Amino acid sequence: MNITQIVLILGFLLSLIGFWGLLTRRDLFRMIISFSLLDTGVHMIMIGIGYIKGGTAPIFDEALAVGEAVGKVVDPVPSALVLTAIVIGLAVTALMLSYAVRVYTSRKSLSIDAVKELKW
Amino acid sequence: MIKRFIIVLALAAIAVGLYPLAWGIQDAEILTEVANEYVENGADDLGAANLVTSVVVSYRGLDTLGEITVLFAATAGVTMLFAARKPKKSGQKGSLADDSRRTGSELLQTGADFLFPILWMFGMYIFVHGHLTPGGGFQGGVVLASAVLLLLFADSDRKMGHTLLQIAEALSGAAYVAVGLLGLWFAAGFLDPRFLAAGEFGQLFSAGAIPVIYALIGIKVGAELTGIVDTMRRSAL
Amino acid sequence: MSMTILIVMGVLMLSGGIAALYIKDTVSAIVAAGVVSLLASVIFLIVGAPDVAMTEAAIGSALTTVVFLFAWSRIKEAEKEKDTLESDSAEEGGE
Repeated sequence: MNITQIVLILGFLLSLIGFWGLLTRRDLFRMIISFSLLDTGVHMIMIGIGYIKGGTAPIFDEALAVGEAVGKVVDPVPSALVLTAIVIGLAVTALMLSYAVRVYTSRKSLSIDAVKELKW
Repeated sequence: MIKRFIIVLALAAIAVGLYPLAWGIQDAEILTEVANEYVENGADDLGAANLVTSVVVSYRGLDTLGEITVLFAATAGVTMLFAARKPKKSGQKGSLADDSRRTGSELLQTGADFLFPILWMFGMYIFVHGHLTPGGGFQGGVVLASAVLLLLFADSDRKMGHTLLQIAEALSGAAYVAVGLLGLWFAAGFLDPRFLAAGEFGQLFSAGAIPVIYALIGIKVGAELTGIVDTMRRSAL
Repeated sequence: MSMTILIVMGVLMLSGGIAALYIKDTVSAIVAAGVVSLLASVIFLIVGAPDVAMTEAAIGSALTTVVFLFAWSRIKEAEKEKDTLESDSAEEGGE
């Protein structure tokens, strides 16, 4: 076992839990909660991929001189991508929640079965 | 029942597909080529101590601009979904909304008034120091939004002035693009922060336009998130 | 050392995730989902991504939970209104 492996496995399991919830719950609210779990799982996978053995944060200070950072810091690119992905995740979650509230006010039910237009 | 079986089967297939990805992997010893380039030359290139900030603001600046656009679209969507049901319900406003929400206690109100300026200052500190320490526009913007949220919790009747929010949001968004265009004009490309002097490495006024851009992102994110939270809080019933 | 913390956090996180799906009470489920995000931010801190950890703690666990709770309270309000309307119409029908 090493750290990359643990983080990746945790991310995979969390995404699987999210998928499971998304597919089995009929309640729109629970589906959105599952979606946010899936989101967190995917973020963990991305961060796990960027990990370097013994790596620290990619921030230069007294402990980390500019010229000798290669091999000591983790990959900054996945960090940057996940950073923006989290913010988007919140915005999308808020959008889904307002949709759920709208569905409730018009159908008087949170169940996905009440939204018949989405069925094929 | 058969449906659930199919779901289990599908998830098992996904798990089996992911299994080799997780199992054989070792801790990486070297970075990918792109990341190596950023780590080796990023600090000398842009003068920012925090490489993640360099990537977010400059190297992948266009992504961040797109991300801000998505955030704006989502905020507009939330506002639209809630605003659409307002006229229908306006006739029966009254007793229902009143008894379900009450103002916060004395303690919460005093604490919120006391903490609000401190939180506001902390948020600004975070996004102004984004190029030196962990944090930046997104985190600072969230702190600003949570400070406003605290005020809203303390006094649920408080009305938010949305005009100010809209002005702050529009101006910071426009200024963000304008700074990007300045980079295109005076430096190597769109959102290139090097048209301002690089300054001394590790100081507050360094790294060219990175602090400026991140502060604009912070104001924009703060305004958007405050808008989302306030729209969801306001009782339209 | 950090590996032990990772595993403990991970187990807590996964159980929080399962709890978020299976607790009956929706408010508890929302809080459980927030706890998952908070533990994930600790994991991000351990694997050397403090920027992401900050964002996840501030947005993922705090603001998302608040937004969920607001949405839930609005649904509750709509429910209450529906009940009142129904009882009103029932009374009118009785007269």
